[in-house]
Amino acid sequence: MSSPVESLVNREYKWGFVTDIEADTVPKGLSEEIVRLISAKKQEPEFLLEWRLKAYRGWLKMTEPHWPNVTYPPIDYQDLIYYSAPRTQKPLGSLDEVDPKLLEAYTKLGIPLTEQKLLAGVAVDAIFDSVSVGTSYKKQLGAMGIIFCSFSEAVREHPELVRKYLGSVVPTSDNFFAALNSAVFSDGSFVYVPKGVRCPMDLSTYFRINAQNTGQFERTLIIADEGASVSYLEGCTAPKRDENQLHAAVVELVALDGASIKYSTVQNWYAGDEEGKGGIYNFVTKRGKAARGAKISWTQVETGSAITWKYPSVILQGDDSVGEFYSVAVVNGRQQADTGTKMIHIGRNTRSTIVSKGISAGRGNNSYRGQVKVLPKAAGARNYTQCDSMLIGNRCGAHTFPYIDVQNPTASVEHEASTSKIGEDQIFYLKQRGLNTENAISIIVNGFCKEVFKELPMEFAVEAQKLLGISLEGSVG
Amino acid sequence: MLDIKGLRASAGEKDILKGIDLTVKAGEVHAIMGPNGSGKSTLAQVLAGHPAYKVTGGTVTFDGADLLDMEPEERAQAGLFLAFQYPVEIAGVTNAYFLRAAYNAIRKARGEEELDPMDFLDILEEKLKLVEWGPEIMQRAVNSGFSGGEKKRNEILQMAVLEPKLAILDETDSGLDIDALRIVAEGVNKLRRPDRATIVVTHYQRLLDHIVPDYVHVLFDGQIVKSGGKELAHELEAKGYEWLTGVPEAVSA
Repeated sequence: MSSPVESLVNREYKWGFVTDIEADTVPKGLSEEIVRLISAKKQEPEFLLEWRLKAYRGWLKMTEPHWPNVTYPPIDYQDLIYYSAPRTQKPLGSLDEVDPKLLEAYTKLGIPLTEQKLLAGVAVDAIFDSVSVGTSYKKQLGAMGIIFCSFSEAVREHPELVRKYLGSVVPTSDNFFAALNSAVFSDGSFVYVPKGVRCPMDLSTYFRINAQNTGQFERTLIIADEGASVSYLEGCTAPKRDENQLHAAVVELVALDGASIKYSTVQNWYAGDEEGKGGIYNFVTKRGKAARGAKISWTQVETGSAITWKYPSVILQGDDSVGEFYSVAVVNGRQQADTGTKMIHIGRNTRSTIVSKGISAGRGNNSYRGQVKVLPKAAGARNYTQCDSMLIGNRCGAHTFPYIDVQNPTASVEHEASTSKIGEDQIFYLKQRGLNTENAISIIVNGFCKEVFKELPMEFAVEAQKLLGISLEGSVG
Repeated sequence: MLDIKGLRASAGEKDILKGIDLTVKAGEVHAIMGPNGSGKSTLAQVLAGHPAYKVTGGTVTFDGADLLDMEPEERAQAGLFLAFQYPVEIAGVTNAYFLRAAYNAIRKARGEEELDPMDFLDILEEKLKLVEWGPEIMQRAVNSGFSGGEKKRNEILQMAVLEPKLAILDETDSGLDIDALRIVAEGVNKLRRPDRATIVVTHYQRLLDHIVPDYVHVLFDGQIVKSGGKELAHELEAKGYEWLTGVPEAVSA
């Protein structure tokens, strides 16, 4: 007899629908021609085309990284489509002009694109396949000098800012996937908060991959000028498909003197089925650069994707700057995650905090990989790392790869790690108190993740808790 | 209330319960005693539905329903409570949250309205007095860093909040000092009512000085070998289990 927990049926991935929408796509494969075609389709200025070409040429000489603790069949980069956009007749002036099918898709996702959400005070930019379909709340933000728009629009309207900051944190040559993204990215989000302005609402982007055989390569650039502050939320889903889809995004955060950027992600890309068929390869480069007295805080809840390769990092360049990384990574089924962070202490009295919670269930494999590097000039630098793993069942794995490199004697670096296992006993205890299996697991796991969830904005925290419950259904056995 | 007939259960290949017959009526307190390894705790766990044990024979009816056919949470919702010998720790979840979740899960299953945190707090304050605790315990994570005595008191607190029809106390006295033993026993006694029943599983007689049973049963090798009134416990205390089992008892703490 299987245990009562095991017999709980895995719930369907409820975001797995496909939207039937006319798309403008480029031919399969990657070449200099394709890069030029994408740039031309987007009517980009010369500097950007040159930047893309440089990235592409660099990419040709690079090889895919194989140091992460994940395995997957070779990716045929010539078999992918690098640009797909919902076909529209003319540039969109307002949300009313967005294809109703698109809005319907977002409604299904529960995405805040319409009035009701505006009332809730969240400004939303939505990326469907690769193109931004509507940015809400723009006028209100504009009055404060805050720019929140699609990346394409930023290229058109604010080329000087794009030119100055694009690639300033993640250069085209940074790594294989960042180079690929730089060559072919089609859209993304752009935020600029001017000097001394506190953005009065959370800014939010929703990413969705719809078209088949498409890679999604979005680019996000957030700049908080001196003394400015902003909180940014990012959510992601994709339809269920049997093929693997590639997602290689780049996010760059620039926090100038005294600025503060809080970046929260709830990632729920399709993870593939139980046998590991289909699902998103999430190969993402996220990095922020903190100037003097600036603070960058990453919070991520990673429940989706077949493979996650992601290390949101902070370069603590200015004196007294602060970097934080709060992460919950969940793997179930055949999911694999190799995720963590890098904290590079360059300035004096820089501080960083890392709290990582890895949950492994089913046949999932979860690795924390983190680097804390204190350079010679970073006197008084401090880091605290806490790295906890929770195992559910007997067939999953948890691994921790901390790299600590301290080159200044006045620095202090702490690392704590723990591994625990949810057993039948724990679940039985809660069931004996009247709670069903689903609630029992959810309570145990949420307790485990509490330190991270409290860093999330309220509405995201609620969503994350629900998501976690769903991701782990039927995971104990 | 509870009717056990010929109950047999095993863990893996090993038969542990070998035909238990026991009837518990409302208002009664039964003590199950016996040497280590006799199957006392297994009986408690099997009644609560622990998945590690397999029922291989017999029937158990609880308030007219087939208990063995119910999920553990359904048994709890029906009013069966097990005070664990080894209460489990749950990091990051406050006692207050956990207790309210359990309380509401049981109410919901009975078609009653769930209570919001404020209303629940009123109930909680009353119950805390029973175990002589202040409100600060409610903000600590469930059993995390609790001493052995605190864990047992927490079990009694949960029992007080959930108000079960049938409470099974599994070695609740083990690891308790005299004061904690008194608090736990008084808590249990205050919860005694004509419409409720209690099964006290214990190795030693001392808990039964505080919680006086109506019946005492001696379990040995998976079977009840002797039943009697409360005086049987005293007899056991004086003569040891060897008197009934014929097996010299190993020295235990």
